[in-house]
Amino acid sequence: MNLLQQTFIYKALQNDIFGRYVLSFVIIIGTVIPLLNVFAPEGSMFDITTFTMTLMGKILCFAILALALDLVWGYCGILSLGHGAFFSLGGYAMGMYLMRQIGDRGVYGNPELPDFMVFLNWDALPWYWYGFDSFGFALLMVFLAPGILAFVFGWMAFRSRVTGVYFSIITQALTFALMQAFFMNKLGFGGNNGLTDFKDILGFNIQSDETRSVLVFTAALVLCITYFVCKYIVSSKFGKVLVSIRDAESRTRFLGYRVEHYKLLVFTFSAIVAGVAGAIYVPLVGAANPSEFSPINSIGIVIWVALGGRGTLYGAIIGALVIGYAKSYFTTSFPDLWLYILGGLFVLTTMYLPEGIAGRLEQLRQKRNGSKNDPSTPAKNAELEVAK
Amino acid sequence: MKIIKSLTIIVLAFSFASFARANNFEQAVQGLLENSNKKKAAAVEQLAKVDDPRSLPTLKAMLDAKLYYKKDDKSLVIITDLEEGATVHNLMSQSDESISDKRAVSKVRINNKLRRLLRSSIAVLELSSGDMAIRLESAKNLAKNPSADMRDVLIIALEKESSSKIAGFLSLSLGLIDLENEDPAVRRKAVDYLSGSVEPQAIGALKALTAKDKDGNYLEQDKELAAYAAKVFKRVDTKMQLFKTSENMLFGLSLGSVLLLAAIGLAITFGVMGVINMAHGEMIMLGAYTTFTVQQLMPELIGASLFVAIPVAFIVAAAVGVLMERLIIRHLYGRPLDTLLATFGVSLILQQAIRQIYGANSVSVISPPWISGLWEVNGALALTYNRIYILLFAMLVLGLLALLLKKTLVGLQMRAVTQNRPMANSMGIRAGWVDAMTFGLGSGIAGIAGVALSQIASVSPNLGQTYIVDSFMVVVFGGVGNIMGTFIGAMTLGVINKFLEPQVGAVIGKIIVLVFIILFIQWRPRGLFALKGRFVED
Repeated sequence: MNLLQQTFIYKALQNDIFGRYVLSFVIIIGTVIPLLNVFAPEGSMFDITTFTMTLMGKILCFAILALALDLVWGYCGILSLGHGAFFSLGGYAMGMYLMRQIGDRGVYGNPELPDFMVFLNWDALPWYWYGFDSFGFALLMVFLAPGILAFVFGWMAFRSRVTGVYFSIITQALTFALMQAFFMNKLGFGGNNGLTDFKDILGFNIQSDETRSVLVFTAALVLCITYFVCKYIVSSKFGKVLVSIRDAESRTRFLGYRVEHYKLLVFTFSAIVAGVAGAIYVPLVGAANPSEFSPINSIGIVIWVALGGRGTLYGAIIGALVIGYAKSYFTTSFPDLWLYILGGLFVLTTMYLPEGIAGRLEQLRQKRNGSKNDPSTPAKNAELEVAK
Repeated sequence: MKIIKSLTIIVLAFSFASFARANNFEQAVQGLLENSNKKKAAAVEQLAKVDDPRSLPTLKAMLDAKLYYKKDDKSLVIITDLEEGATVHNLMSQSDESISDKRAVSKVRINNKLRRLLRSSIAVLELSSGDMAIRLESAKNLAKNPSADMRDVLIIALEKESSSKIAGFLSLSLGLIDLENEDPAVRRKAVDYLSGSVEPQAIGALKALTAKDKDGNYLEQDKELAAYAAKVFKRVDTKMQLFKTSENMLFGLSLGSVLLLAAIGLAITFGVMGVINMAHGEMIMLGAYTTFTVQQLMPELIGASLFVAIPVAFIVAAAVGVLMERLIIRHLYGRPLDTLLATFGVSLILQQAIRQIYGANSVSVISPPWISGLWEVNGALALTYNRIYILLFAMLVLGLLALLLKKTLVGLQMRAVTQNRPMANSMGIRAGWVDAMTFGLGSGIAGIAGVALSQIASVSPNLGQTYIVDSFMVVVFGGVGNIMGTFIGAMTLGVINKFLEPQVGAVIGKIIVLVFIILFIQWRPRGLFALKGRFVED
């Protein structure tokens, strides 16, 4: 027990009541649903359809993405409207591996080229497709593609002190430009249709329930790991500097911190996390589509974080889960209403719920605890204790 | 007394002239009724010389085999469809009448020789017409399919022609005809003729002359001529490039003016309030749909509908803008990122509302006749009128806005709040009121931009989305709170875009522009025309 108390995870969760709840919920989704899907007898009340399981898996990927954005926006004040681009890049890297796995089972039966290249009369594989036959290389690119883009872009933006809405707009333009590029056939990523018709991943049939179950479990696992890594970051000294940049950038700079470096590091890390989320998402839904780059997707991530509660990691997860599920429900049952609801959420959350659901929860807890434990922001207090 | 006398003489002279003319036409026409082709030919030649407005239609109808004569009174008629009760045009009495019996008329028959004669006679008549439009049309038609019979006619017409545009077509025809000649000297002259035209046909002919085989030798037998043609081609090509460049320039400026209209409202609100209005694109969309609605309400007056739509669109968009400011943005003061998100929410709601009212597909806004059409300067340069109108319109809006900002009290207050809000506040300016006015103004201009855009783009609920990113780029590039910056920014981006487009394609062009802007803000983080001073650092 003593040994357990020494671990970071124990310390991190000790004062993070809601984090504990949320993570438990995530673990339940990530284990029980796949198990029920595979083992519960068909038609029984415990049976979970593959559709529902896939939906849960997608939402878990969104939650990872939300964590990534919360880290830069909630803790460092950088509102990125381009995180969908990093998510998609990671997804495309994984998609390219899956494309190569098709081999000669495509419609045209060409062992060397993916179907869309045969269709476009290409005679050789473009150089940037080399190496994607290997899962390891693809995984590396899942990290590198969004990471390098974020690093170069961030380096240029932060160096010239592009901040606030300016930065948001530029990131939106970035994802917009990438979307247009990926829609082009000649870029070599499948154009309009993107990458699709995947057959298997690591030798397992990508369509089978078992493979999907593992993917959903992986999503839950990666979400938990990401949570703890983010928790570690925000409770470290590095994280404290991030918060101080958020609250008073100039002052932090005057204190001698290289603000650009901190921003660049956290932005790049966040982009990589987003890429990983995309890499799990693509095999789960079975396609990498260029419309994932559209600016509206990226700004959609922001509302998950805003509704859940920016600056609290578990809040981001709550937001992604709630809106992810609501979107699925409304777009199938009341498709005309969804955009009103989403639009309304943007307006009402920013006006009446700036701290999000998490902020409300903290308030409630504070009220219940009365003046017993006075500190104004318990969440931040908890972080302080973890850091000790 | 003297006056009456001279008047009488004039009247007499006139009646005599018209009598003489009529007489001539009637006389000449008689020859057409003869059976002999020779006599018909003489009649055609005479007709071509007679200065009578009926000559040309007669000859044309004859060529198209629509010329008949009535058997009873031998008068000539033009018949499009020969059937019972058809309306025919009587050339003698210059009136329409109907024929009761098909057998009452007989066709004026022609042979190939006559046909050739008719063609050249018609060309002579048309090319010597006083009406420039007729001459141009004729020259264009001749150039489409030049035949050697026309050569003499063309040479005479070219000598007399004063308009360089028409002369260009004439020399094009001549060049194409002479190129078929066997005499090298004539062909050399043909190349000279061709060099006077920038029509695709002339370029094509010159290109064919200078074509080379794999070893770099001219395919043309007459090497000297080919070398000469190559020299001429180079000169023509330079001229073409010049036209192409000016066309690109104008396209770029018109794209720039679209961007300017879309971005200028954004720049004002951003400048005064420091907030980004993500629903700005939807204000443009509202303006475009207002145009559509106005046209639905007044279907008989499409020509005037735009003039009604402009103020209505301004009011509609401005009202929505003021409402947004009062209900939402005011409460988010000092939180620019939250404002961005809230206005994005509004944009989603507006889009969905329009989608439910007007449908998800694009609606068709009619372009009034005076706005559509093409201004063909020559073969290499053609401009659509709507592009030119948009350019002028954007300049007008810019001018009015500059006047408003510089000369009115509201403008003064806006500029004061832009420069230093707390100071303006303490000088007694109601910043809140200025905010609402600014937001209304910015949105209203977006509404006007929507009217203009409805003329060149398809109007769908996504209209705003397509322009919003570009508008932001203009604002980021040009700098905020400064309409000059927006103007320069929009025009620069428009021109860069249009010059890149033919080289690398539209999409890559846009990406290059984006990368350019990202690199640009390395150098000038606050745009081309940044506000300077202490108040900027906040």
